Amino acid sequence: MDPVLLSGNEAIARGAFEAGVKVCSAYPGTPSTEIFENLPQYKDALYCEWAPNEKVAVEVAYGASIAGVRSLSAMKHVGVNVAADPLFTAAYNGVCGGFVIVSADDPSMHSSQNEQDNRHYARAAKVAMVEPSDSQECLDFLKEAYEISEKFDMPVIYRITTRVAHSKSLVRFGERTEREVPAYKRNMKYVSSPANAYKNHAKVEQNLKALEAYANTSKLNREEINGSEIGVVTASIAYEYAKDAFPEGTSFLKLGLTNPLPMDLIRAFAKKVKKLYVVEELDPFMEEQIKAAGIECIGKELIGNLYELNPQILKERLFGIKPEMVDVGVKPVSRPPALCPGCPHRGFFYTVGRHKNYVVAGDIGCYTLGFAPPLNALDSVVCMGGGFTVAMGMAKAFEASGQTDKKVFGVVGDSTFFHSGMTGAAEIIYNKGAVIPVVLDNSITGMTGHQDNPGSGFTLEGEIAEKLKIEDILASYGYKNIIIVDPQDLKAMEAAVTEAANSEVPAAIITRRPCLLIKRIKHDIGKCEVDTDKCIGCKKCLSVGCPSVMVENKKAKIDVTTCVGCTVCAQVCPMGAITRKEK
Amino acid sequence: MENKSALLVGVGGQGAILTAKVLVTGLMRAGYDVKMSEVHGMSQRGGSVSTQVHWGTKVYSPVIGLGAADIIVAFEKMEAVRYANYLKPDGVAIINDYEMASSTIAAGMEKYPEGCLEAMQKHFKVYPLNAEKIASELGNVKCANIVLFGSMVKALNMTDIDWDAVISDVVPAKFRELNLKAYHAGFDAV
Repeated sequence: MDPVLLSGNEAIARGAFEAGVKVCSAYPGTPSTEIFENLPQYKDALYCEWAPNEKVAVEVAYGASIAGVRSLSAMKHVGVNVAADPLFTAAYNGVCGGFVIVSADDPSMHSSQNEQDNRHYARAAKVAMVEPSDSQECLDFLKEAYEISEKFDMPVIYRITTRVAHSKSLVRFGERTEREVPAYKRNMKYVSSPANAYKNHAKVEQNLKALEAYANTSKLNREEINGSEIGVVTASIAYEYAKDAFPEGTSFLKLGLTNPLPMDLIRAFAKKVKKLYVVEELDPFMEEQIKAAGIECIGKELIGNLYELNPQILKERLFGIKPEMVDVGVKPVSRPPALCPGCPHRGFFYTVGRHKNYVVAGDIGCYTLGFAPPLNALDSVVCMGGGFTVAMGMAKAFEASGQTDKKVFGVVGDSTFFHSGMTGAAEIIYNKGAVIPVVLDNSITGMTGHQDNPGSGFTLEGEIAEKLKIEDILASYGYKNIIIVDPQDLKAMEAAVTEAANSEVPAAIITRRPCLLIKRIKHDIGKCEVDTDKCIGCKKCLSVGCPSVMVENKKAKIDVTTCVGCTVCAQVCPMGAITRKEK
Repeated sequence: MENKSALLVGVGGQGAILTAKVLVTGLMRAGYDVKMSEVHGMSQRGGSVSTQVHWGTKVYSPVIGLGAADIIVAFEKMEAVRYANYLKPDGVAIINDYEMASSTIAAGMEKYPEGCLEAMQKHFKVYPLNAEKIASELGNVKCANIVLFGSMVKALNMTDIDWDAVISDVVPAKFRELNLKAYHAGFDAV
C-alpha cells in the first residue's frame, strides 16, 4: 500500500493494533491524547477505554498483562507522576502479556505545567525505555517494545515528545499479528509482599543486565557511519534535528532502546570518530551515563537543558552559526489563550473575581485560564485534583494565622473531579475544612479536545454508559448544601457563591452548563449586538474577558463571527446596550 | 531540489490545519517526502498558532528554527510580524490583511500594533490580500483559509500539482464547490 501521513500518536495506535494488543486504558493529556482517540477504529480487535486517571489506567493495563494479554497505557509526562506507584511495583513483579506505557513529554511546555524529563523514570523504576523519532518508528518500534517487555519480563516506557507525537510523517502499515494468550494460571510473582519484592529486586537487576547486552545488538540502535571526524550519539526527535544541523560526513549512533543504554555499542562508536557529541533534549540523561562510563563527549555545556531544540539552535550553539533573519521593527502584542466566547466557566470566574476576600485554588483544564486578565480569579494552579486540596491547606493556614476574612474556594472540572477531586472532597469534609468545593461541570474533558469521562455518559468506544452524578457523590460524602447553578446566569451565580460562603452546613457548588464545542449537543446559538446609541463606552463589558467583545471608536463592539450569544457581556452592561438577537 | 519549508500562522480556530492538510496531500501525491508539525492543546484557545510543513527528497526535522522558512502564510497580519524572524531574508509572505484583537487588546490593556503589513512589505516580497472579504463574497467567510492557500500556490509557483483534485478529496463534499472557488479566487488575487 501507499504510505500515509500520520502523526506519531496515530502511528502508535496503529502499532498497538498490529502488535496484537488487546486491552488499552489511558487518561487524556496533551500531547498523548490522540493515541487513544485513534484506537476505537480497531475496537473489533481490542478493548480501549478512558480511565478516570492515569494510575487507574496503568493498573487496568497491568492487570490485563497479568491475565496474559498485551496491553497499552498512555499519558502525558505529568500523568506518569500520578501512575508512578503501580509502575514501580509492576517493574518488580514483571509481566505476562507485553505491557507498554507511553509517556508523552512536552519540552517547551506547549500545553503543560512543567517540562520534566521522564526518561529518568525508566532508570528509577528499572524498566526498559524505547524512544521512536518519527511516525514510522512510532509504529515499528512499538511492536519491538512488546517483544522486549515479554522477553525481559518488564514493563516498557515508550517515551515520546510533543514533536514526535504531533508531527506527521509518512508511514507504511503492516498486518496485525495475533499473539496466543496462555491459559491463565495463578502466579505468586504478581503478589508484591515484602518477601516476594525482596526476591524480585534481584531478578529485576538480572533482567536489566540481560537487556543491556541485548541493547548492544538490538535493531532499535543503529550506526550510520559517514566519516571518522565527528560522531553523534542521539535519540528521539533530537536525531532529526541533528541530521539537519551537522555537516555532511558526520556519523551517527541513533538509539531507539535508551534504557539501559548500550554502553558497549557507544564505546565502540566513540572509537570510530575523533570528536563525539551527545545530542538530546532536556536533561543530560545519556550524556551523564556516557561520561560516567569514561567516554569523552560534548553535549549540554553547549546545548543547554532548557526547552525544545531545533536544527537552527543546534547549529548556533554547537558551531556558532547564527541564523540570517530580519527584524521588521514592529512588535506584536501577546496573544495568550483565553476562555472561548460562550465558555460556561466565564460566569463563575467573573463572579468570584469580584470578591476581593475570596481565595480561589484552581486546577488543570480549560479553567486554568481563569487566572488570566481581566478575570484575574485564581490564586494557585498546581496539579490535577489540587484545586480542592491546595484550597484545604490554605484554609487551614488562614485559620491557624487568624486571617478570618478569607473565604476559600477549591475549583476542579468534572473530569478532574473523577480524576482526583473526589479524594480532595473527602478530605475537606472529613477534616472539617473551611473550603467550598466547586465543580465546574461542562460535561466533557475540555482542554484536551473533548474526551468522555464518567460524568459524560459515553465510553471511548462510543457506548452509552450510566452517568455518575457529581451531586450524589458529594451528598454521600456529607455535603448538606449542594448548589447547582447555571454559571451563565450571573445573578444566580452571585447568589450561589454568597450562599455557599455563608452556609452554616458544609456547602458545595456545581456550575453546570455543557461546553459549547461538544458536537453531539445542539446549541441554540444567537448573537449579541450593541446598540451604539445606548452604549456609553464604559468598557464594563470588557471585564468578562470575552474574545468576541471589544471597544472600537469608544463604543463596545461584538465580533459577529465568533459571538455565540451567551449574554454574559449583556448582563454586566449597566445601560442595557447589549441584547441578544435570536437566530 | 533543496528542501522547502512553509509556516502557516494565525489564531487558533482559523483553519490553518485544514490548509496544511490540503498542502501536504498535494505534496505527497507529487512524490515528495513530507513532514508537518502542529500544536494542539491549550494554545488552540484563541492563542497564536503555527503549523509547519516541510518537503523535499528526504526531510528530517519536522520543525525549523529562525531564518529558515521559505514562505509564511499569515492568516492574521499581526501573526505575520510575530513569526517574521522565521522567514529567510529572501522568503515570501502571503498576508491576510485582517486584524483580530487578542484578548489583551479586547480588554483594552494593549493596542493592536500599527503598520504590520507595511513593515513586512518593507523587508520581504509580500502578497497581501483580504481573504475574509473574498470568502464572504463567495458566500462563506470560513473558506478564507483556502483563499489564502490559492495565493500560496501562485506565490510558490506550485502549479504542476492538480490542486483542484486535491481540494476535492480533502474537504467535506458539501463544501467542495465553495472551496474550489475559494482556491481559484485566492490564486487570482495575487
